[in-house]
Amino acid sequence: MAESFEPKIVAFFCNWCTYLAADLAGTSRLKYAPNVRAVRVMCSGRVDPQFVLEAFARGADGVLIGGCHPGDCHYQEGNYKALRRYELLRRMLNQMGIENERFRLEWISAAEGERVKSVVNDMVEKLRALGPRTSARRKEVA
Amino acid sequence: MKPKLAFYWCASCGGCEEAVVDLDEALLDVANAVDIVFWPVALDFKVKDVEAMADGSLLASFINGAVRNSDQLAMARLLRAKSRVVVAFGVCAQLGGIPGLANLTDARSILEEVYRDGATPQTHWGDNGHTLTLPELFDSVSRLDDAIDVDYYVPGCPPTAHIIRDAVRALLSSELPPKGAVLAPDKALCEQCPRRETRPEKLLLAEFKRVHRVIAASDTCLLAQGLVCLGPATRAGCEAMCIRGNMPCTGCFGPTSRVRDFGAKALSATASVIDLKDTGAVAEGMNGVPDPVGTFYRYSLPSCLMGRHSTE
Repeated sequence: MAESFEPKIVAFFCNWCTYLAADLAGTSRLKYAPNVRAVRVMCSGRVDPQFVLEAFARGADGVLIGGCHPGDCHYQEGNYKALRRYELLRRMLNQMGIENERFRLEWISAAEGERVKSVVNDMVEKLRALGPRTSARRKEVA
Repeated sequence: MKPKLAFYWCASCGGCEEAVVDLDEALLDVANAVDIVFWPVALDFKVKDVEAMADGSLLASFINGAVRNSDQLAMARLLRAKSRVVVAFGVCAQLGGIPGLANLTDARSILEEVYRDGATPQTHWGDNGHTLTLPELFDSVSRLDDAIDVDYYVPGCPPTAHIIRDAVRALLSSELPPKGAVLAPDKALCEQCPRRETRPEKLLLAEFKRVHRVIAASDTCLLAQGLVCLGPATRAGCEAMCIRGNMPCTGCFGPTSRVRDFGAKALSATASVIDLKDTGAVAEGMNGVPDPVGTFYRYSLPSCLMGRHSTE
């Protein structure tokens, strides 16, 4: 059972750094786990906590946010905003039974294709060990 | 014949009933314009009186409280059948409210915790040949519109006299608001806040302060003083009553129409005002919000996009 479990990861990658890094990983023919559904956003600061909740609500086993390194944000401060929201949201998700391994924020620059590979592979491995998320769908009233 | 109204409470504290009484003299105007045919807290009509009414014979039912047990569900369905319009009255009916925080756990755990060794209020309980049947406690707390079709929402914990008056007027007017409307202004509370002018263009905080640890200045934006005030994320309509009492907004009027998940947006707005850049410092800054679910979903956990939270 554990062997056949393929975690689904929804990844929000910023247009200027992490998405380019994922592109670079592709053109460099780096192989990494195919479990990620990448969503390109203009900035990690654009990732509304509602997006994260919705991803989990619709069955994601993990959510990954990728942005520019601190100081490198194309919009100066967007990644710091992402960091602040991430920290509070992570704690709230903990209260809702979502473990830290399922929600990650990573700084990956446009030159770090290799890092996309290692982060994704690492996350997939951890989610596989954790198993599928015990579903928490809204229950119908009897 | 005057239009008929009903009031009913489900899982709620009674504050919404109090709010109706708080209409003062305006209640007499309401009473003149309508016949209140069912209101358990104030009038001696019985459920069988409601059952005897023709379907659709009531203009409107105002139902407050979340749906927590089988009895409340049955009453909600009964009133739905008898009413042309159902108004979810107050934030518990609208979004799940304070009772909704019970969705962080489940019915069995709650009963075990509270009544483990005492008289357990089970749905069926027998002693000395007598049987007592109580409504079944559901595992989850629900909003009213998870149980029945709802036409309008009156927000607040409880709704203010002003909001209630406007809601009743809207129902009695010739042109009803569009179905699904929240009967309150569709803008953020900050716009109604008497301290609005003192809110800086950019809020730059290093930490959040807890409300019982500081004496807040009574003339300055509470958020600017480091208190978690949910005014930026909360619908206006209360006329900033808490802020006038020098207490931060806790979000009982719920979201505006542009927001899908109140807690997520409130969290987003709150986290963004911390002006730190170092990961460790940010983590420390957030320690001033020790209970994020209780802070951001105080009144709306049953409406969270995430749905039911499992404790397993």
